Amino acid sequence: MTIDATDRRIIAATQGGLPLVPAPYAAVAAGLGMKEDVLCARLREMQAQGVIRRIAVAPNHYALGMVANGMSVWDVEDGQIAELGTLVGALDYVSHCYERPRALPAWRYNLFAMIHGASREAVEDKRQAIAALLGPACRAHDILYSTRILKKTGLRLRPKEG
Amino acid sequence: MTLDAMDRRILNRLQEGFPIVPHPFEAVGAELGLSGCDLVARLERMQAEGVITRFGPFYDAEAMGGAFCLCAMAVPEAEFDAVVTKVNARPEVAHNYQRTHRLNMWFVLATETEGEIAGVASELERETGLRVHRFPKLREFFIGFRVAA
Repeated sequence: MTIDATDRRIIAATQGGLPLVPAPYAAVAAGLGMKEDVLCARLREMQAQGVIRRIAVAPNHYALGMVANGMSVWDVEDGQIAELGTLVGALDYVSHCYERPRALPAWRYNLFAMIHGASREAVEDKRQAIAALLGPACRAHDILYSTRILKKTGLRLRPKEG
Repeated sequence: MTLDAMDRRILNRLQEGFPIVPHPFEAVGAELGLSGCDLVARLERMQAEGVITRFGPFYDAEAMGGAFCLCAMAVPEAEFDAVVTKVNARPEVAHNYQRTHRLNMWFVLATETEGEIAGVASELERETGLRVHRFPKLREFFIGFRVAA
């Protein structure tokens, strides 16, 4: 989808979040000098086109006591990955679940799932639960813990004309 | 802070999505048996306490024309700090984590176009003398993280 200058203004005004007021879209529209129904139509169109993945809340895992996490990685039968990825992605302790290409021989895993738990032990238990769920369709698995954040920069849209 | 059962229901419900209607908090509140004002008040409190990182539209940067790629390198321990400096110096590197594996450096490249990803990866290979493995997202299986209700 091609987004125009108006969409970009809407993105710039909302990528930091929606205001917590009874009529949040009217508030955003007023700030942009736009009618609420025009703003809503644009948001619906961007959502339909996948530019907006969803309008939702992002919980802070750490504040919820889920202080441990690990990137679990799985070598799953290619023919079953759609079905198995959907199962793993639906687990309540998994936050990011993606199919990615292998890089043989250095890397055999094609399914990535971030597991969250209250402790390293809890994360390991959940990893074993996923292994049981996948059964023989999973040929190998591993988990990578982060030991140091080397760089962290937000992925924010650069303001651009067009 | 302590979350009660309603806070947890709110967190789970609002990870699923939020309607684009004039009074969305009233609409979601009705599903949960709360007034719109009470829902807003609970969200304000959870945001102030840091339980909620963000509330609003999640934009797909790829759908807007940007490109992202998870990359990993196997960096020898003795060279690690020197390689970190070279990798982090690139503005295209958005996050970078040291992880427990032979592939011990994992970072995300973010560029304007798909075509630039390979170029940045090749330059990093030249600068470091190490292979940059690329793991672009092929498919996402997203449901959302849920808290015990």
